[in-house]
Amino acid sequence: MADWINTIIQGILIGGLYAMFAVGLALIFGVMKLVNIAHGDLIVLSAYVALIVTQSLGLNPLVSLVFVVPIMGLIGYILQRGLFNRTIGNDLLPPLLVSFGLSVIIQNGLLELFSADNRRLLAGPIEVATIKFSDAINVGVLPLLQFVLAVLVIGGLQALMFRTAIGRSFRAVSDDPRIAQLMGLNNRHIFGLAMALSLAVVALAGVLLAIRANFDPATGPTRLIFGFEAVIIGGLSSFWGTLVGGVILGVVQAIAATIDPGLQILAGHLAFLLVLAFRPQGLFGRVA
Amino acid sequence: MTVAALTIVRATPSTRLGLVFIASLVAGLLSAPLWATTDALRLLIDIFLYVALACLWNFLAGYAGLVSVGQQAFVGLGGYGLFALSAKAGIPPLLCVPIVGLAAALLSIPIAGLLFRLRGAYFAIGSWVVAEVFRLSAILLTPLGGGSGMSLPARIAQSVGRAPHDRFVAVYWTALALLLGILVIIFLALRSRTGLALTAIRDNELAARSNGVNVGRTKLIVYVATAFGTAMIGALIFLQRLRISPDAAFSVNDWTALVIFMVVIGGLGSFEGPILGALIYFLLRETLANLGPTYLMVLGAVAILVMLLAPRGLWGLVRSRWQIQLLPLQLRVIPLTKH
Repeated sequence: MADWINTIIQGILIGGLYAMFAVGLALIFGVMKLVNIAHGDLIVLSAYVALIVTQSLGLNPLVSLVFVVPIMGLIGYILQRGLFNRTIGNDLLPPLLVSFGLSVIIQNGLLELFSADNRRLLAGPIEVATIKFSDAINVGVLPLLQFVLAVLVIGGLQALMFRTAIGRSFRAVSDDPRIAQLMGLNNRHIFGLAMALSLAVVALAGVLLAIRANFDPATGPTRLIFGFEAVIIGGLSSFWGTLVGGVILGVVQAIAATIDPGLQILAGHLAFLLVLAFRPQGLFGRVA
Repeated sequence: MTVAALTIVRATPSTRLGLVFIASLVAGLLSAPLWATTDALRLLIDIFLYVALACLWNFLAGYAGLVSVGQQAFVGLGGYGLFALSAKAGIPPLLCVPIVGLAAALLSIPIAGLLFRLRGAYFAIGSWVVAEVFRLSAILLTPLGGGSGMSLPARIAQSVGRAPHDRFVAVYWTALALLLGILVIIFLALRSRTGLALTAIRDNELAARSNGVNVGRTKLIVYVATAFGTAMIGALIFLQRLRISPDAAFSVNDWTALVIFMVVIGGLGSFEGPILGALIYFLLRETLANLGPTYLMVLGAVAILVMLLAPRGLWGLVRSRWQIQLLPLQLRVIPLTKH
């Protein structure tokens, strides 16, 4: 019994990371109807940026976030203004194919620079620190920290979206880009900020995951798919939906992994397909 | 000069020339086993299979607007189907090809039922999830070698042709026949009512719908037909390779990324574009293949540039510059002038 509880707690906590991948996707989809196929590769890129920062400055990966998050935000802003803004329009193909091309470029660029070796970020003693809740139930400090950060980030984004001027701009360009422009908003800049914010969030999640799990240049698509599945499972109604989706995905994977490690990822995909079959609007959402 | 009347034609001098060119090309290719070396045949088979994959993906994405990044699901299914049916059930390999095609077409119907609930780009990622489900399931299939895959037993390879050259000739004929069949079917489909519906969907889905096009049904037909063709091509790919593994069979880079780049560079949404794109890819591959990962980066960058600067690809540029067309697909309005 205690084993099961531990497994489920593990799943919930890792679900927080998936939710952060998902909220990055949901944010840019909400603001500019863009689905970024390179999302997962950018997550992995953030882990490599952290690798460089930790190695060259001798920092703990958790401290390196001070550099990695703004760097990824800047990359996001530049990508949006330099590349994705040129593809936005009524036609769905250009953004899709351009981001797919970008995904292949990032993946192979990382392969060229860092080889296909497995890497991990080493965070020191915090990796193994645990909090004892009872004799049988232990929760790792790091996973707990990650989950708390995820909740804070998602709550923060929700508040930003509905309580701040920039959030109002995001909603305005989303509702009607032309009228937003007439009201004096610079859509291209707003889109750039949304992408910057999306990548800043996934940089945080990408680095946290890289402390817990190995990564290599080819792991990006899996990260993209986890984020996407969390979005669809949760429904597209609010950012909190992505948290629910991420947690469900994490728990399903954790339970399947205890049955057979080979089933872990497959079970997550099947859960997603089941939701799609029986509740395509997501568990808590409107129609996608 | 006043315009007195208009006629509408499909055939133009360039399409007539095009047909002569195509007929002589086909004649040359049909006779290739008589004069070509085994290596040349192997290269031609590769080209045929990739041209076919590119045309199929273009049919799906360029016309029906179904941008799938999960077509490797059907390539791998075809390959695994051929290995299972020939090695485990003793069915002659070449007979397995149409069988796995049919099986994939049947399986694609429920898959479409799920994926069509996702719009646009979400459909793309959803199709990728399905391909991943197939790959992860193949890893669990221990009778077919699990994660490390299996080789086609020698006696089965020899049943296609005793010497390697004979086997290549047999695969060559099948691949060429399959490619020509796929091209003819796409060509006829584009000239039919479905083709008109597809072109309308390609240009503006909403307008097509409001003019009475049954968009869902048309897309389903294209999806299922594409799965049928893609699985047969996949079966031949792995019959030629004689070895299969989950990572090779369901590779997104080999069976989808490369194909997308070919189509985008050649010309999305035209009949000739993907063929041109695949040929350009093979020309580049013979010269740049040593670059390794850099090569894929270059291809990706070129595809992005083409998408941004010339969304109808190289064939689109050629067509708008010289007004030529190889095949009688497009209707043209010719003003008849009175002197």
